[in-house]
Amino acid sequence: MRTCLIVDDSRVVRTVARRILEELQFASREAGDGQAALAACQEEIPDFVLLDWNMPVMNGLDFLRALRQLPSVRQPIVIFCTTENDINHIQQAIEAGADEYIMKPFASDVLQAKLVQVGLL
Amino acid sequence: MQAADFQFLSALIKERSGIALSSDKTYLLENRLGPLAAQRRLNDIAGLVARMKSVRDEQLIRDVVEAMTTNESLFFRDGKPFELLRTAILPRIVAARPKERPLRIWSAACSSGQEAYSIAITLLEEEALLAGRPVEIVATDIATSMLIKAKAGVYSQFEVQRGLPIRLLLKYFTQKGTNWEIAPRLRSMVSFRQHNMLGECAGLGRFDIVFCRNVLIYFDEPTKKGVIERIAQVLAPDGVLLLGAVETIIGLSTRLEIVPGAAGIYRPVGSGPRAAVA
Repeated sequence: MRTCLIVDDSRVVRTVARRILEELQFASREAGDGQAALAACQEEIPDFVLLDWNMPVMNGLDFLRALRQLPSVRQPIVIFCTTENDINHIQQAIEAGADEYIMKPFASDVLQAKLVQVGLL
Repeated sequence: MQAADFQFLSALIKERSGIALSSDKTYLLENRLGPLAAQRRLNDIAGLVARMKSVRDEQLIRDVVEAMTTNESLFFRDGKPFELLRTAILPRIVAARPKERPLRIWSAACSSGQEAYSIAITLLEEEALLAGRPVEIVATDIATSMLIKAKAGVYSQFEVQRGLPIRLLLKYFTQKGTNWEIAPRLRSMVSFRQHNMLGECAGLGRFDIVFCRNVLIYFDEPTKKGVIERIAQVLAPDGVLLLGAVETIIGLSTRLEIVPGAAGIYRPVGSGPRAAVA
């Protein structure tokens, strides 16, 4: 089973995302901020990270930059999922190493389509 | 809805667009024509039918037909056809043609234009392969409202997220508030025209590649045969026709055959080797 780390400070968003991803046969873990997510990745690298932008302690962009510096045998696919929908944010995310970007609000079929695009489904 | 009203409307829609509505689609007529009746200040669908029977109102007929067309469309729908276009179809056709000969592609029943623009993006991503060869993408639809939207090339956040990889969004679109506008360069590659799939298409010219995906599913068998026959007439002898994933022409045409090993892709009978898109 493929593994996923859902990183979002909203418990509601994490629950909804977990439900969608479990239907797609992903085993999910959760983190409420970037620092907790980084610790989770150091413990075990998931196949992909679904990542919010604005979070306390460490935001999604800083997490991504730190993640890409981790000495790991493999890097996870990272899909941003955020209300930061302007082109500058998207460009920053891609430059920092994001593989895909979902602009909230979104329909569940969009997440599925992005997972297909990045080769996870 | 009264059975007589359903029969009147379904016969009219079939005659004008080829769309076949079975009696279990009554709900579809009610859902789509109810708002049109209200817009025309008619009480209900019965009032709409009464109006159509009493006055020859061509605009109303067009609006009814247009309301019944299904305009589901997304960028890079199903993925695979565009992958085949890039990896197999384009290299073969480009290699078989003189460099100065334009490549012509038809996006039939193009709806709001996502398929045509997905083709254009695929071609630009393979610019080196095309090596300056002129390209013309002709995109047609029966619905005026869809053609207006397609020509504008402006899509909502919801629409661009359906199928368009983020790198291609950044590369080929400009953000306009909450919408995204396609790059002028892409728009200039596509010419949009009004065309009814029931009509002759010889006037559109000859095509190397025809996309007619998820169109035949709305037609009955005689209509499907007619559409395929007309497409076959404008398809280059070594061209290809791409249909939707659930569509087939088996039993419907003697002029086209499936390309072995390439589901959903058809070519003129006898035009290619046994097992190749390429």
